[in-house]
Amino acid sequence: MSILVDRDTKVIVQGITGKYGSLHSRNMLEYGTRIVAGVAPGKGGLRFEDSVPIFNSVHEAVGPTGADASIIFVAAPFATDAIAEALDAGIGLVVVITEGIPTNDMVKIRADLDARGALMVGPNCPGVITPGQCKLGIMPAYIHEPGPIGLISRSGTLTYEAVFQLSALGLGQSTCIGIGGDPVGGLDFVSCLELFEKDPQTKGVVLIGEIGGSAEEEAAAFIKNHMTKPVAAFISGATAPPGKRMGHAGAIISQGKGTAEEKIEALREAGAAVAVTPALIGETMKKEMA
Amino acid sequence: MKIHEHQAKDIFRKHGIPVPEGRSAFSLDEAENAARAIAGQNGGRVVVKAQIHAGGRGKGTVLLDGKETGGGVRVVTGADEAVSAARQMLGGRLVTIQNKEGQIIRRLLIEQGVEFTTQFYLGLLVDRSTRRQCFIASREGGVEIEKVAAERPEAIVRIHVDPITGYMGHVGRRLAAALGLEGAAAKQCAKLAWAMCRIIDAEDASLVEINPLVVTTAGDIMALDAKITMDDNAAFRHGDWAELADEHEEDPVELEARSVGLSFVKLDGNIGCLVNGAGLAMATMDIIKYEGGEPANFLDVGGTANQEAVMRAFKIILSDPNVKAILVNIFGGIMSCRVIAEGVVGATRELGLSVPLVVRLEGNEVEEGKKILSESGLDIIPATGMQEAARKVVGAATGGGA
Repeated sequence: MSILVDRDTKVIVQGITGKYGSLHSRNMLEYGTRIVAGVAPGKGGLRFEDSVPIFNSVHEAVGPTGADASIIFVAAPFATDAIAEALDAGIGLVVVITEGIPTNDMVKIRADLDARGALMVGPNCPGVITPGQCKLGIMPAYIHEPGPIGLISRSGTLTYEAVFQLSALGLGQSTCIGIGGDPVGGLDFVSCLELFEKDPQTKGVVLIGEIGGSAEEEAAAFIKNHMTKPVAAFISGATAPPGKRMGHAGAIISQGKGTAEEKIEALREAGAAVAVTPALIGETMKKEMA
Repeated sequence: MKIHEHQAKDIFRKHGIPVPEGRSAFSLDEAENAARAIAGQNGGRVVVKAQIHAGGRGKGTVLLDGKETGGGVRVVTGADEAVSAARQMLGGRLVTIQNKEGQIIRRLLIEQGVEFTTQFYLGLLVDRSTRRQCFIASREGGVEIEKVAAERPEAIVRIHVDPITGYMGHVGRRLAAALGLEGAAAKQCAKLAWAMCRIIDAEDASLVEINPLVVTTAGDIMALDAKITMDDNAAFRHGDWAELADEHEEDPVELEARSVGLSFVKLDGNIGCLVNGAGLAMATMDIIKYEGGEPANFLDVGGTANQEAVMRAFKIILSDPNVKAILVNIFGGIMSCRVIAEGVVGATRELGLSVPLVVRLEGNEVEEGKKILSESGLDIIPATGMQEAARKVVGAATGGGA
């Protein structure tokens, strides 16, 4: 078991012919991900790497391939359209790697997602991987090992750091999800924790948050009330300078939440083990699993 | 992207939000013309407002030729007084709570004075936790709204906008009621709220804030101040934003970094950091501090940095004379450690590094990267893992020279 993706997940790559889309599609194929179709408007009928059929639209691709997930590498100005297209074609899980999508667009997409009951990971994220089964993202595959730990993170490279530590300590992963750091996105900490709590393979969860917003506080409340599995956490940005915030209103909306201290306190209070430094994420999880 | 008040008020006018009659002025001549035109229309009362990208201007202090000349917002009578106020402000440095070093005043907004009976706070932005636009309103306007929110949260009202329907009349009616408005003023308030939503949607603003929003003695709603922040991610569909940007208001080093795809923030410590990814960069700063050091900067070279970007990053870090040691911490996901190693070696050779350099590489092509560093013959301190890297760089920065 795992969450979100496994060896049976049938994937469409939107933007398969672009520079990053093609690079990462090759890496995903090599990992064993079942890429059943690519989408590139105007390039329908061609094949990627002489094997994966390319379609002009997601709607055309879904019928003949039975695809149930999509990963998007389309450039920011066209990415919102690509997400909307995937959702409209009935795709149940959309992973958005693209960085720099306007927040207004994501507010609309999020409402569409919720109305349809579809799931999105990202945007501006490394994607999802179920080690040994399916890689739907841009993470370095070799650091992952199959195992009992679920991982959720708002960061990219810090996620790789944590996975690297876990694997080195013999703690493989059930599924790792980089949810992305944008203000509005798809799956959040709480929805991922809920999935991990229900997943029989997952025995413990690593949560990597950062300053800003209140997603970690919401996660803490969920951990306190609903999680039976151990959670290890790390919050980056304890030493980040204040500022770069959105005016007075930005500070108010979080109701004083958002600093690393407050997030760490909320998580500890909820019973999560918080790593003191980023070098101790793996060890903190290991102690909780003992 | 932040914009100036006078630009925000132009956008308000375009969308039908009432603001005082006013003109921007970039020189004393322009200030004088504006003052004469405004004072003539309004029987004398004129407001001269410094235009910088920081809040708390009214309570700030203008320093001109070494002397304090007063605040950043002056209410005066008649054109002559307005010109004299402009003379005391233009070219001066405005020190505020938000910017203690002060920012040079290069432009003014000269407006008619408006008599009012009541003042409110009204803001609109995207609420991350509900993922929709949210109005924030308070009857206690014109003051530090954060303080109100912290001390008496019940004085703050939040009303969300459903993204599927967009703005609806009930939102405006509830806002007006929350502010205690009735009759014509309530209708004007609702109209104004709708216009704020249109500004978020059409202009791709991430924040629209009015503090204070007032009821004039004539009983009309008017925005005395205006603050708009644009969503940088939407720049691709707003070619006109280039005109709204003011590079004088930005840190020149941060600006240079951004132009080559680096994200850089200057800090007060002495350990330069070069990291890929914002989360790992923040975590690297955290562990340096945990080990007893102080980071000199936040620097994220991004996910796809090439050798040139690494070179520029080094130049930017070394332009800070406080830097006593540098830590490179790279976890190559997409990025190859080989490329980073080549960049580090190239930069070290070209710039002739005068401070200790600790390099921690992990990830994609890590063995090739480590080999390039060790075979370079350069005095680079290798480290395995973040803990060791942080210890080594803190040691180098503090005890290395002793």
